[in-house]
Amino acid sequence: MDLSMKWLSDYIDLSDIDIKQFCHGMTMSGSKVEGYEKEGAEITGVVVGKILSVVPHENSDHLVVCSVDIGEENPIQIVTGASNVNAGDLVPAALNGSTLPNNIKIKKGKLRGVESNGMLCSLGELGLTTHDFPYAVEDGIFIIQEDCEPGQDIHDAIGFNDTSVEFEITSNRPDCLSVTGLAREASATFNREINVPVPEFKGIDENIDDALKVNVQNTNLCRRYCAGIVKNVKIEPSPRWMRERLRACGVRPINNFVDITNYVMLEYGQPMHAFDLRFVKDSSINIRNAVSGEKIVTLDGVERELSEEMLVIADSEKPVAVAGVMGGEYSGIMNDTTEVVFESAYFEPVSVRKTSKKLGLRTDASARYEKGTDPLISMTCLKRAFQLVEELGAGEVVRTVIDKDYTDKALKKVEFSSEWINNFLGTEISEEDMIKYLNMLGFSVKDGKVISPSFRIDIEYKADIAEEIARIYGYNNIPSTQFKGVAEAEYTPIQKFIRKAENAMTALGCYEIATFSFISPKYFDKINLDQNSKLRSAETIMNPLGEDTSVMRTTTLPSMLEILSKNYNNRNENAKFFEIGKEYIPTGADTLPNEPQRLTLGMYGANTDFYDIKGIADTLLDALGIHDTEYLRIANSTSFDEKTTFHPGRSAVIIKDGVEIGVLGEIHPDTAANYGFGVKVYTAKINITEIIDLAETEISYKPLPKYPATTRDLSLICNDDIQAADIEKTIKKAAGKLLEKVTLFDVYKGKQIEDGKKSISYSLSMRSHDGTLTDEQADSVMKKVLKALKEIGADLRL
Amino acid sequence: MKQELEKIESAALGETASCDSIKALDELRVKYLGKKGELTAILKQMGKLSAEERPVIGQLANKIRQDIENAVSKKMADLKAKEQELRIASESIDITLPGKPQSFGKLHPLTIVANEIKEIFMGMGFSIADGPEVEYDYYNFEALNLPPDHPARDTQDTFYITDNILLRTQTSSVQVHVMENQKPPIRIISPGRVYRSDAVDATHSPLFHQIEGLVVDKGITMADLKGVLETLMKKLYGNDCKIRLRPHHFPFTEPSAEVDVMCFNCHGEGCRICKGEGYIELLGAGMVHPKVLEGCGIDSSVYSGFAFGMGLERIVMRRYNISDMRLLYENDLRFLEQF
Repeated sequence: MDLSMKWLSDYIDLSDIDIKQFCHGMTMSGSKVEGYEKEGAEITGVVVGKILSVVPHENSDHLVVCSVDIGEENPIQIVTGASNVNAGDLVPAALNGSTLPNNIKIKKGKLRGVESNGMLCSLGELGLTTHDFPYAVEDGIFIIQEDCEPGQDIHDAIGFNDTSVEFEITSNRPDCLSVTGLAREASATFNREINVPVPEFKGIDENIDDALKVNVQNTNLCRRYCAGIVKNVKIEPSPRWMRERLRACGVRPINNFVDITNYVMLEYGQPMHAFDLRFVKDSSINIRNAVSGEKIVTLDGVERELSEEMLVIADSEKPVAVAGVMGGEYSGIMNDTTEVVFESAYFEPVSVRKTSKKLGLRTDASARYEKGTDPLISMTCLKRAFQLVEELGAGEVVRTVIDKDYTDKALKKVEFSSEWINNFLGTEISEEDMIKYLNMLGFSVKDGKVISPSFRIDIEYKADIAEEIARIYGYNNIPSTQFKGVAEAEYTPIQKFIRKAENAMTALGCYEIATFSFISPKYFDKINLDQNSKLRSAETIMNPLGEDTSVMRTTTLPSMLEILSKNYNNRNENAKFFEIGKEYIPTGADTLPNEPQRLTLGMYGANTDFYDIKGIADTLLDALGIHDTEYLRIANSTSFDEKTTFHPGRSAVIIKDGVEIGVLGEIHPDTAANYGFGVKVYTAKINITEIIDLAETEISYKPLPKYPATTRDLSLICNDDIQAADIEKTIKKAAGKLLEKVTLFDVYKGKQIEDGKKSISYSLSMRSHDGTLTDEQADSVMKKVLKALKEIGADLRL
Repeated sequence: MKQELEKIESAALGETASCDSIKALDELRVKYLGKKGELTAILKQMGKLSAEERPVIGQLANKIRQDIENAVSKKMADLKAKEQELRIASESIDITLPGKPQSFGKLHPLTIVANEIKEIFMGMGFSIADGPEVEYDYYNFEALNLPPDHPARDTQDTFYITDNILLRTQTSSVQVHVMENQKPPIRIISPGRVYRSDAVDATHSPLFHQIEGLVVDKGITMADLKGVLETLMKKLYGNDCKIRLRPHHFPFTEPSAEVDVMCFNCHGEGCRICKGEGYIELLGAGMVHPKVLEGCGIDSSVYSGFAFGMGLERIVMRRYNISDMRLLYENDLRFLEQF
């Protein structure tokens, strides 16, 4: 809402308050000011000039030389190319050193050898149009037809000196989308009187019932319909004062009738509609639901198909307007219109909103109706329109009017208790002050009740009254206090677990990333997912911004790979990333998805291999209290459907107590190709949500050993396909409880080793808690171990 | 014999004094004081002396031995000190060479700041509540006093999965879950991801983070809300930080306020960053609307409460002078390394 300060001053005297104070005050009481603009602020040094003489230019046949009276002792000489100036005309003269919109600066100089001390301006050069001054021409000098003097500043001379304040009005306060509404707010904010006169008109002695019939068929959607007629209409531009105010409020002046409807709408917030009686068949207005398939060409020239739930203003045959949204093209005011019907009505907000949304047509009127207008103001506004018609001499108003009124006249009442309000706000405002604030806002207080004015459609509860008082008292005058009471605050187990994981991951040298939860469905192909994978059925957004962000991820791997690939393309040589984020796993068409937390890991770089990512996963799990995990090669039966994302020979499923808790490995060459990686990339996913229950949280101290350990190294030779995990398991089983630790220290293939075989070496640490281990004891363990290893095909390397 | 002893002494002391290596000094010690050394050799001839001479010479011999030993020890200490000094000098390194890279990662700036805010609130007794991101319409809108035809529900703002299921547009949805499941006193914050249909640019993202707070108890006032917000801002921005409340409208609070924090750049004077205002809008807040309380089964005539919500990205960007929100989601290592 743009507000004309001149207009506002009709109702309230704020002359002692400067514009900055005004804006700040209004913002702090709840009518937020976005900014203000002084009209023609870019124009300086432009005055009214009176053309004394016009003579041809000696060196040009399209230039003329004018002698211009600028209110000083001597006239000045200005050269112009315009052909519409004559002696005696009043014109805007931009003097030497003046400025115009668009950063134009005027300097004196010579035009084809003849001195020119300024410039005569057109409307456009002042930032105006013929809508502002209908008598002026578009191309040519603005010949001023206003009561003004040579030398007078142009702003004052043509009334281009208003200040327009831009308000951001919240959706609950449609009453403030009007000059009188803002005047009321200003009155309460600055604690001063307002005066909004009650409109009256004289009218001619005719009976409306002879000229117009109104029938409201749907009194739920149209609770009030006021209409009247203006005869012997004279369509012409509206007077300057009206044009000025409309302009300052951001509305373009059209003609007197259109301008009156806009003027009343801006003044009271009530949309008005005017239409040509000629096109109302049988002079009969019916407010009814549209018939399915019925069509109307609206004022914007678009044919629109209506549906049954939409309310229309129709004559005996066809719709002439979509109620509260837009009028029909054929019934609009034209230059030959002689009889005009004015409508001022109350339409049900939700219905207007639905209709406007369905038609894809939002207008000033619909925006106001859908927020809710004052149901009791329709007649006042109709009268105001007629008052203006008479004031402008635009036609003869039929004295009687139609008022179909189905509104509930009862004003809303809310309990008033100053004690409750103070307890709620934490303030000590006197009851007297509270009542004063409420009165200034249009409320009355009687018998322990606050009576809400009809325009305040937002008031319902005690808390609403508390807000009214708080905002006028000043939010910043409310004290700050610390509330009492004891509360227990601690992280939940999952929150603690995630904090622990975050710490472990950073300690392991990984950087955390944050990625979008929605992905492109193409990413499923990109990570090489099987065509039948269940991960492809994801929650799909009905109205996505684009395909790239259209499905909720069912796997976090593509998010990670996408970021790795961006970093790779940005030539970051090494990357080690993790993300703790959700997957969104559908559970059914009408139910919410599961949102399990996943820890995703991704890395590439020089000297990085499978065992790096495995080492990180292992260390992380250990830090989280998940011990004794197993790594198995990915099988068809694995629960992780991302199995095809990975290189089958260089990937594994992590198992804890028989449960698959994660998957990791090098990505499949096909996946790598899809992302354009030129390096080997490793990724992992760990089911954070599911592993919390597997974590050991209780730690029990084990005494430090009293006796020294005995270490024996073991170099084995075996077939290449024997897995280290099996060898280790065999060693542990055969060695029994004296074995404390078995550590792999070398794997070798190549020279001196037969093809298809490998050498694999372990260090076994043995210890007894009963005494220092003897060589015999250690030898005996080693003997058992070697025997068992031989059975699985691993021999001592000689 | 006495003469011989004195000769040995003077020779030993002389050689010791001029000795310049630990090895040579060791040899010297053996030469004079060892089992086969010169002094021992002389002393072996003590038997040949008369009974009167023997104690005199013996005494002298012991004194000489002692003197030589002292001299050698002292020399040894000197030499060792000198040698250490040399070694230290030779071991001097260029301490300006870079340290060896150690592996240590960092959290994302969004997590760093979120964790900091969580801790501030935990210090004030707030628990942390989580809730679903894919949410029923009821929790995101209806229960928060946003009935089906409220303008804020336009499809242009909200991502829908079905007519009834959507991506939450605000973490306020968690409020409703908490109030349904917990009796007052309630004191929670709920941080998390929210979604709005905004195209990606320097200040917008279809996914961003909010931190919502909710307190419900008997006798909670708007002054209490101001107190909590002031504490938060002072902990986040320092003790001289001031806040300002402006009336606003949110369907789920009444009274509602927008909360501005004093501009960090100009401290309220008005500058380019705050567009001359002196304050920057940081969060929305208000007293929980009685309809919302009642809808969750909390008697609004007994209990009152306040709620507030802030955008995490905005706080993070201001904290680190990040001018483009896209950087947060691009995750370039060179960006992540800086926090």
